Amino acid sequence: MSHVVVAGVGMHPWGKWGRNFVEYGVAAARAAIADAGIGWRDVQFVSGADTMRNGYPGYVSGATFAQALGWTGARVASSYAACASGATAMEVARAEILAGRCEVAMVVGADTTPKGFLAPNAGDRPDDPDWLRFRLLGATNPTYFGLYARRRMALYGATERDFALVRSKNAKHGLNNPNARYRKDFSVEDVLGSAMVADPLRLLEICATSDGGAAVILTSAEWAKRRGITKPVQVRAISTVTPSFPQTVIEMPNFSTDSGVAVPDAVTPFKSAIAAAAYQESGIGPEDLSLAEVYDLSSALELDWYEDIALCKAGEAEKLLHDGDTTIGGRIPVNPSGGLACFGEAVPAQALAQVCEVVWQLRGQATGRQVEGATSGITANQGLFGHGSSVLLST
Amino acid sequence: MSETLGANLTQVPAIDGWFTTGDKPALIGNKCTTCGTVFFPKAANYCRNPDCDGAEFTDAELSRHGRVWSFTDAQYQPPPPYITRTDPYQPFALAAVELEAEQMVILGQIADGFGVADLAVGQQVELVVEPLFSDDEHEYLVYRWRPVTNGGQVGKSEVESA
Ligand SMILES: [Zn+2]
Repeated sequence: MSHVVVAGVGMHPWGKWGRNFVEYGVAAARAAIADAGIGWRDVQFVSGADTMRNGYPGYVSGATFAQALGWTGARVASSYAACASGATAMEVARAEILAGRCEVAMVVGADTTPKGFLAPNAGDRPDDPDWLRFRLLGATNPTYFGLYARRRMALYGATERDFALVRSKNAKHGLNNPNARYRKDFSVEDVLGSAMVADPLRLLEICATSDGGAAVILTSAEWAKRRGITKPVQVRAISTVTPSFPQTVIEMPNFSTDSGVAVPDAVTPFKSAIAAAAYQESGIGPEDLSLAEVYDLSSALELDWYEDIALCKAGEAEKLLHDGDTTIGGRIPVNPSGGLACFGEAVPAQALAQVCEVVWQLRGQATGRQVEGATSGITANQGLFGHGSSVLLST
Repeated sequence: MSETLGANLTQVPAIDGWFTTGDKPALIGNKCTTCGTVFFPKAANYCRNPDCDGAEFTDAELSRHGRVWSFTDAQYQPPPPYITRTDPYQPFALAAVELEAEQMVILGQIADGFGVADLAVGQQVELVVEPLFSDDEHEYLVYRWRPVTNGGQVGKSEVESA
């Protein structure tokens, strides 16, 4: 079967640079093009990851980046899927290649974010739940992270120290990552000493908002072979599934869950379904993985992900963490990049940044944070409005 | 409640049609007349059950009591459009509350005077209506969840199962 490979990846370092997002996207695109050893004119299709909501300063599209890099007549598409935008844009590009409509596609996302909490765009919108949750409840994104963390404590006996240990682990992972924004070692005590934001989560445990850009060059396997790109990383699966009704876990930005009165609960909860679809498509299971990049919007949420992507059973994530399994050198390192803890979130670029990291790991190029002998890796994320994604890659 | 603030102001809901006021306030959702699924906030024109093409709904007052699914608080002032009532800002708690009859979870602030120390997963809470913010003419009301404490003043009049 024909398949799609990653010919190149590139990023603009995450930070709070205060410049236009297009600059970061162009820098990431040029890095990915150079990494692939191709030229901009080789790119036949540009798939952009949009930023559309929550106070961002611009509206990004594939055409924005295509124009910035210089019009070549390439086809474009733009995708918006909140935190999953990058993966959705990647799926669009992959489909174009699999359909035989092009052989070389670039996926790119970049963002400039304001300081502080992500908040809705200005203007009264009393019919928009994302506006209303701020107006009526003062419910920020960390509110939801706090709910999940407290729930985990009640269900499984997780402690604030467990959550702090996740943050400390990721701090160590990201220390040597040149694209990470925060490269500082934090002990469990440092984390527990930071200010409480959304009980039980503290400042160091909640993902910041960052500027950044990431890009991925996808090609058909045949094209890569013709161009002499040897042993490129393979895209084995991309999952962009939505929840199944009734969605019984409260999600940003909603006031409520679905009611389960008329329909029994979904067999597979949404966050588990995201990775399950990638496992099913790829034929690679959680036991085969070398590493995972998961969306640690909070320290506690990373533990939920261990279970959602089936690295362990429900309630066993704390044991996996304490056993060192998810630390580099352990059985299944999670967030070797340092994760969102070390990056902060640049929404439309973030799912692509996860892919970049897995690609570097599979190529053995993750200097200072390499998972030795990595042969396959998964990304997983979830954002607003029922969007989630997972990308599974292998050597 | 904020008597000094409220003395000369007319109280109005911060949003129309989401809850009743008075002694025993309740959230107002609605119910699909075809499949019975309950919605809050109210659904309109289409039912979100994938196996139902219902388009008619009847208003339904939701259970006034539920159990805490989880809880948290807001130690930092939320950004606009949140309007804070106090200067300096005072943190508040929130809870996601499971309603047994409706089989759904609803997020709300916790009533004035209670914080995370007063909350636990599984604990019973009841719906109240309290001031959220005010302007020169009005005091705007919102629904909140108030912990039900056995034997205490709060909520003892109204624990359905106690
Ligand atoms: Zn229905």
